[in-house]
Amino acid sequence: MWPIFHKFGSPPWLYAIAGAILRWLLPITLLALVTGMVWGLLFTPSENVQGNSYRIIYIHVPAAVVALAGYYVMALAGAVSLIWRMKMADVAMKAAAPVGAALTFVALFTGAIWGKPTWGTWWVWDARITSMLILLFLYLGVVALYEAFDNKEAAGKACAVLSLVGMVNIPIIYKSVDWWYSLHQGASIKFTGETSIHPSMLYPLLLMIAAFYALFTCALLLNMRAELLQREQRTQWVQKLLSKDVVN
Amino acid sequence: MYFDSLHAALDMGGHGFYVWTAYSVTIVMIALVVIAPVLRRRRFLRQLAGQLKRAQVATAENTRGER
Repeated sequence: MWPIFHKFGSPPWLYAIAGAILRWLLPITLLALVTGMVWGLLFTPSENVQGNSYRIIYIHVPAAVVALAGYYVMALAGAVSLIWRMKMADVAMKAAAPVGAALTFVALFTGAIWGKPTWGTWWVWDARITSMLILLFLYLGVVALYEAFDNKEAAGKACAVLSLVGMVNIPIIYKSVDWWYSLHQGASIKFTGETSIHPSMLYPLLLMIAAFYALFTCALLLNMRAELLQREQRTQWVQKLLSKDVVN
Repeated sequence: MYFDSLHAALDMGGHGFYVWTAYSVTIVMIALVVIAPVLRRRRFLRQLAGQLKRAQVATAENTRGER
């Protein structure tokens, strides 16, 4: 356990391993995204009540699911950097924020577009949508807060505290459709009990959820690599990297 | 394919505008999320390489001056 922990604390190791993972994960992710989108758009049957507008589910649900999962990653990284002063956790937290913001934006935007033909409105201030909007502000808040400090150590601490405080929003998002009356439906895919979605629609949806998880991982690693290079520019390993291959 | 023609796929029974807009914006966001850090890293590598080169030239000139 400890050797691995130490390795994760080593910037050159993290930079190299992230690059090695990306070399195969990024092409697979893009392929899965394209496959899932084409499948969902053109090769699934239409839905009885909503017609074809339901096809937005293949991007809306994965984006929302991973936007939430991404928040755990960001808050956990924030906690690790606060408690153990682990610099690489701070890098991960900073890298996760813009990706999470983008995914939350996708969830909100596709939800608004889906709402128009289905509910007759682009937007309602119901609990689910409002708490997702707060999630977007939390992500953007971390991005902005980091930039607001000149002292990056203080910035990291402030962002870690903000992301941890923001954790209270997560159960609210999960439970919002059960606790409050809402236009949103409850979960159709359940780990326990009956899943109320036909396999012809379930499989492409599961593929897209997996693809969005992979997308988050790729974007996180890409951001971490860029951030590592910038933070470690004065160190020997970056100088060595530069003399080896100038632009790669 | 579920649809009979390209036109039917674009129209999606009247929902085409909503579905295709949602997918287009999603694709743009995915592209942004992937390309932005790649560009940032490349730009930074180039910048650092430039600094390294200038430093090497400066050192070379200094040693010549000392001789």
